[in-house]
Amino acid sequence: MDTYSIFREFADSWGLLAMMGFFVGAVLMVLRPSARRMHQDAAEIPLRDDRPIDNQEPYNE
Amino acid sequence: MDVLKIVFFAFVALIAAMAASFGLDQAYILHALIIMAVAFYLFLRAVRQFGEPAPVVGTGYQDDVVRAGVIATAFWGVVGFLVGVFIAFQLAFPALNFDLPFTTFGRVRPLHTSAVIFAFGGNALIATSFYIVQRTCAARLWGGNLSWFVFWGYQLFIVLAATGYLLGATQSKEYAEPEWYVDIWLTLVWVAYLAVFMGTIIKRKEPHIYVANWFFLSFIVTVAMLHLVNNLSLPVSIYGSKSVQLFSGVQDALTQWWYGHNAVGFFLTSGFLGMMYYFVPKQTGKPVFSYKLSIIHFWSLTFMYIWAGPHHLHYTALPDWAQTLGMVFSLMLWMPSWGGMINGLMTLNGAWDKLRTDPVLRMMVISLAFYGMSTFEGPLMSIKVVNSLSHYTDWTIGHVHSGALGWNGMITFGALYFLVPKLWHRERLYSDTMVSWHFWLATIGIVFYAASMWVTGIMEGLMWREVDAQGFLVNSFADTVSAKFPMYVVRGLGGVMYLAGAIIMCVNLWLTATGARRDTPHAAMAIAAE
Repeated sequence: MDTYSIFREFADSWGLLAMMGFFVGAVLMVLRPSARRMHQDAAEIPLRDDRPIDNQEPYNE
Repeated sequence: MDVLKIVFFAFVALIAAMAASFGLDQAYILHALIIMAVAFYLFLRAVRQFGEPAPVVGTGYQDDVVRAGVIATAFWGVVGFLVGVFIAFQLAFPALNFDLPFTTFGRVRPLHTSAVIFAFGGNALIATSFYIVQRTCAARLWGGNLSWFVFWGYQLFIVLAATGYLLGATQSKEYAEPEWYVDIWLTLVWVAYLAVFMGTIIKRKEPHIYVANWFFLSFIVTVAMLHLVNNLSLPVSIYGSKSVQLFSGVQDALTQWWYGHNAVGFFLTSGFLGMMYYFVPKQTGKPVFSYKLSIIHFWSLTFMYIWAGPHHLHYTALPDWAQTLGMVFSLMLWMPSWGGMINGLMTLNGAWDKLRTDPVLRMMVISLAFYGMSTFEGPLMSIKVVNSLSHYTDWTIGHVHSGALGWNGMITFGALYFLVPKLWHRERLYSDTMVSWHFWLATIGIVFYAASMWVTGIMEGLMWREVDAQGFLVNSFADTVSAKFPMYVVRGLGGVMYLAGAIIMCVNLWLTATGARRDTPHAAMAIAAE
């Protein structure tokens, strides 16, 4: 088989399955109820990012 | 170490001098001279600093490189918009080509696109990503002066690309025009950029990786991949700028638009969404509407954008199945795009009143509105039947500009207005009124631009396909050109307004940074209330 056909067959079968599986898995991971607290915490990051890092020079907020 | 530096820069300057003397074309010779000058400057600097104790490594957030990035963004923005206005009027008044090779539309147009996308947009992305990744990771930028290499290396890339276009060095790939040695240089800079960004994330003190960083990271990684594959080429001579692409024919076309569309998807969308997911919550003072939705937004865009490129090649030699694939994925993209827009807009839930008093937030909200509008228009235009009318017409140009001026431009302006007072330790912007002027000039300018391009695009599309009773085409190409004249003038005026807004912004930011004082309505009101 030529390269094109080999790639094509892989893309139509296992490649497609792997990508779809990863995507669906990623979405399910996000939607699982136990992640809620973590997401709430992460969403607050920009609002509490003014805490000092080591010896941080002060800057106006 | 100091000796090594001196020897290295001297060596580079020498090689560049040789390249300049052996160079086969103008662009190559000029570039060799530029590189020689830069290397010679660095050589002198290294000699002067010889034996000096190493400078103290800074602590805290590294903001100097972000400040430089903010200045570069504003500067290149004005340059890019100015060149855009110039070529817009060239199309209306061809005499403006001046009959010189350097000022013809064909050479100045890539200068405009690269200046706004890569110089303005790219500097905005580098500056904001460096700012955001430090804040959201609670860590200083990794790699010390490597971030300065990224900044100056990127400016050198811009200068080499821009001068090359004017002297006729191009590999004729849209948004990837720079020739082989400029591509290699950009690859080096980009690897350093990835290292700084990843390094900062790895040493973060915050347990989570905030969603904005995911968007920035996908932008950096994907652009690296796109850049490498689309620029596979062989130079004709090591002493000349000309190179030959490794792909040919329809493979080359597909690679080009796989690159081109994902430059839109990952450079102009993912990267700028990183800005949006930080600055909109910041300016609103509320966390993003739904963090879950933002992650689904991320994965959906990442998985779908990469397939949408073939919609640039409808009704070409590209296989039909690939065209349909591109169309279907473009249509599906509508959902995550609007999910993201809604997520951004709903962040204002409970704070909508701020739109009345805060012109910077208004700028961010209009950018989201334009994001929604252009991500609706895009899928619509990718439908084959619609595309048969819209393709090769000015409708495409209008679509690109409502996205670029509306979404990318406005969110960047919002980010600059947010950053300058913070970075230069000022309490507030010099003038909110000037922000309002900028807002309205830019918005009305975009409306002029997009509306005139809709009219002229659909008109020329219809004129091209008009046939008489015998089946002959009614209009010649020149007929459409002369029919478009009034719309071209309107488009140019829209550009002038947008440029004027950007200049007002620069004045405002300059006065803010230098600490000019001005009595504000807020201050006056506070006194009255007392």
